[in-house]
Amino acid sequence: MRWGEIIKRLVLIPPTLAGVGVIVFVLLRIVPGDPIAMMIPPGASAADIGRLRALYGLDRSIPEQFVSWFTQVLSGNFGRSISLRQSVSELILARLPATLELALVATLIAIALGLAVALSGVYFRGRRLEWAVDGGIGVFLAIPDFLWALILLLSFGVLVPLLPTSGRIDPQIDVSFRTNFYLFESLLRGRFDVVGALLSHMLLPAIALALPFAALIARLLKASLSEAEDQDYAQIARARGFARPAILLREVFPNALIPTIALGGVQITLLLGGTVLVERIFSYEGIGNMAIDAVINRDFPLIQGLILTFAMLFIALNLAVDVVVTLLDPRLRHG
Amino acid sequence: MVSRGLSRRTLLQFAGAASLPLSSGLFAGAARADASTLTIAYNVNLPSFDPTVGLSAVNPTIQSIYQSIFDPYIGQAPDLSFKPGLLTKWGWNDDKTKVMLEVRQGAKWHDGTPVTPEDVVWSLTRAADPKGGNPIQFVWSKVGNYKIDGNKITGDVIEFEPTLFKWMAFLTGYVLPKAYFEKVGAEGFEKAPIGSGPYKVDAFERNAFLRLKAHPGYWGPKPAFETVVFKFVTDSTSRVAEVESGGSDVTFEIPYEEFDRLKAKPGLVGQTEPVSDIAMIFITDIDPMLDRNVRLAANHAIDKKAIVDRLLKGYGVPISTLEAPGYAAFDPSIKVAYDPELAKSLLAKSGYSPEKPVKFTIQTTRGFKPKDYEMIQAIVGMWRKVGIEANIEVYEIAQHFELRARHALAPAAFYNWGNAIGDPSTSTGFAMFGPSPHCAWKGKDLVERIGPLWGEKDEAKRIAGWKAVDKYIAEEGEVIPLFQYVQPIVHKKGLKLVPQANGMILPQLITPA
Repeated sequence: MRWGEIIKRLVLIPPTLAGVGVIVFVLLRIVPGDPIAMMIPPGASAADIGRLRALYGLDRSIPEQFVSWFTQVLSGNFGRSISLRQSVSELILARLPATLELALVATLIAIALGLAVALSGVYFRGRRLEWAVDGGIGVFLAIPDFLWALILLLSFGVLVPLLPTSGRIDPQIDVSFRTNFYLFESLLRGRFDVVGALLSHMLLPAIALALPFAALIARLLKASLSEAEDQDYAQIARARGFARPAILLREVFPNALIPTIALGGVQITLLLGGTVLVERIFSYEGIGNMAIDAVINRDFPLIQGLILTFAMLFIALNLAVDVVVTLLDPRLRHG
Repeated sequence: MVSRGLSRRTLLQFAGAASLPLSSGLFAGAARADASTLTIAYNVNLPSFDPTVGLSAVNPTIQSIYQSIFDPYIGQAPDLSFKPGLLTKWGWNDDKTKVMLEVRQGAKWHDGTPVTPEDVVWSLTRAADPKGGNPIQFVWSKVGNYKIDGNKITGDVIEFEPTLFKWMAFLTGYVLPKAYFEKVGAEGFEKAPIGSGPYKVDAFERNAFLRLKAHPGYWGPKPAFETVVFKFVTDSTSRVAEVESGGSDVTFEIPYEEFDRLKAKPGLVGQTEPVSDIAMIFITDIDPMLDRNVRLAANHAIDKKAIVDRLLKGYGVPISTLEAPGYAAFDPSIKVAYDPELAKSLLAKSGYSPEKPVKFTIQTTRGFKPKDYEMIQAIVGMWRKVGIEANIEVYEIAQHFELRARHALAPAAFYNWGNAIGDPSTSTGFAMFGPSPHCAWKGKDLVERIGPLWGEKDEAKRIAGWKAVDKYIAEEGEVIPLFQYVQPIVHKKGLKLVPQANGMILPQLITPA
């Protein structure tokens, strides 16, 4: 991808988000489920229901509601949550860092695992161990993240209770954070006791999110490594007497990395999407967990805000991956 | 030699330092809170702190948390009877044109300031304001023009509401601090709420936990635990894991199979108690339910005891009306028997048989309540044997509310109805009175029978009236009551927990055994 194309992608972000906004807004009002119906008091009259509907602006036509909401969004205001009665922007900004930190830790675990498995698979190419690696990758790819979450919850939360199974931090720990990036802030402040508590809460959900992604990275990287190892430059290096591990790491790996990043990087969005169920299972206080409550309560403004946030994250991640690949691959940089 | 880069030793030191917190963190999971802390794995999140406004105010599941922080006007004992709260006396005058309230002296807000009659009047007036957003405003607005004399309050009855004082013990019936609320505003109150209840808010992480500390100025008995943590664990498997791993001391609303397994484990205790929630099937007054024979056949064909025994492992109490045992208008003499032969003969009168069944749709949730879908599957199987062919349609609970409000439910629709104050008006009344937005049977027959009961001033006559309505509904088969739920609670050995018939898990009533 040339730089010009990246600029074109940047220009397309606002209309893409506007499109997402329209689709979400309309869909929410078409699918069954009305937030007002959920809060109708037992003895409410038609006038009472009408008053409630007007209170939340749901008495107006869908186009009127959309214009009002979209105008607010353009000024950075996502409206007010019906169920939580707070600013949607504030609610999301307070919870988003938890999800981002979780996704980051999960990605790091997935990359480490994926690299190790792919390199081992290629190193033992043609041997029985390669079959085992391929079989293992297949199994880890087949089991979705939420199922891993339940397996890990029961294994390390109940059978061998090594790690906490709920929340982001121990309720007993008293720390006043200045930001909502607890992990980064604790690291910067040198509060390693808090870092430990945060990581111990994060580990199980992060591993659950990481395992399928690690398997995907391993499969892509292993295929790229195998292909690259068969190239002339690798064969020549081998003929010149270089050790295979050195060839794999120094010559083959950098070349195999680019297609893996290009294909696997986009899949980070899947990991981010997986946070919805995994956060729920581990009662982790990110935006994924919040999204489920928002849907149950048919909290239209909050659902709209959360989906736009997820959309922005997905677009940003895809763009970041493209930029990284462009930077790494001179063919793309220079056309 | 001095190196400007990182030496191997420095790297190793750094790696060691970095791994230390993680390794200590691994065991932090096993480290438990001290004995003065009670941790409850709670089944729902806390959306909002104001217990009088919005969606969460009418969510009965959240009331345990509210009642830990805020005082209701009137308290409620474990058996649903009423006891003094912030009001020590309450009642009507002889002709029921005035209410008389007496406010407790010596009660304090969490900031140390005294609870005053002005707080009570302000709370009642705010609740009655149509613009205030109180979902039970239709009750609170029936009294007004309050006057304060010392710690006594009188108010004018605008419209007689027989359940007024019962509502003072339940949904939105809380006293809030006037001066503090006016000072910080609604947003400020959400960020730093104060009440006069046994616990005050210490820390809150949305969707994660709420930490409470005992209120030193509480007027009632001192709570046994200095610190209470409500962990919001909405997934039932995770709640089981919490209590099994020792991460929490108490949990509830778990599958009955897990309850039986956990209570057999050393170190854990299981308690069950019927609560004020019932399972029922709404019948909508549309074809083919306009046929009395079909309705009655649908009632008599269901073996409720078999459902409770086989699907709920015995944890449920079969019922014949919408009044469960313990409710004010419960009448054990009203019985709707399981009689498949009677069901067949009723259907035969309308020309239906197993070979030529009557067909309709039944809607149900799946996973909203324990075994809800399986239960409906079993019922459909029972119906099939007598000549009813029901098609199951699964919907979300939000859809149920919307369809019910629009009077657009299927001919049969599964639901669970809570009635924590045990009054017939809040069970049979709102579920079966046509003008109510929660009613599926809009027939005039019931509107005429129920209508006069809303304002009935003679309590004995009122309750007798509701019993007569329940009898009529059973004879006409206009709803299918199934069973009263039993709440499974699991807690650590060494704790004593008083189960509440309203289903609340109140930390102030949990003590060391």
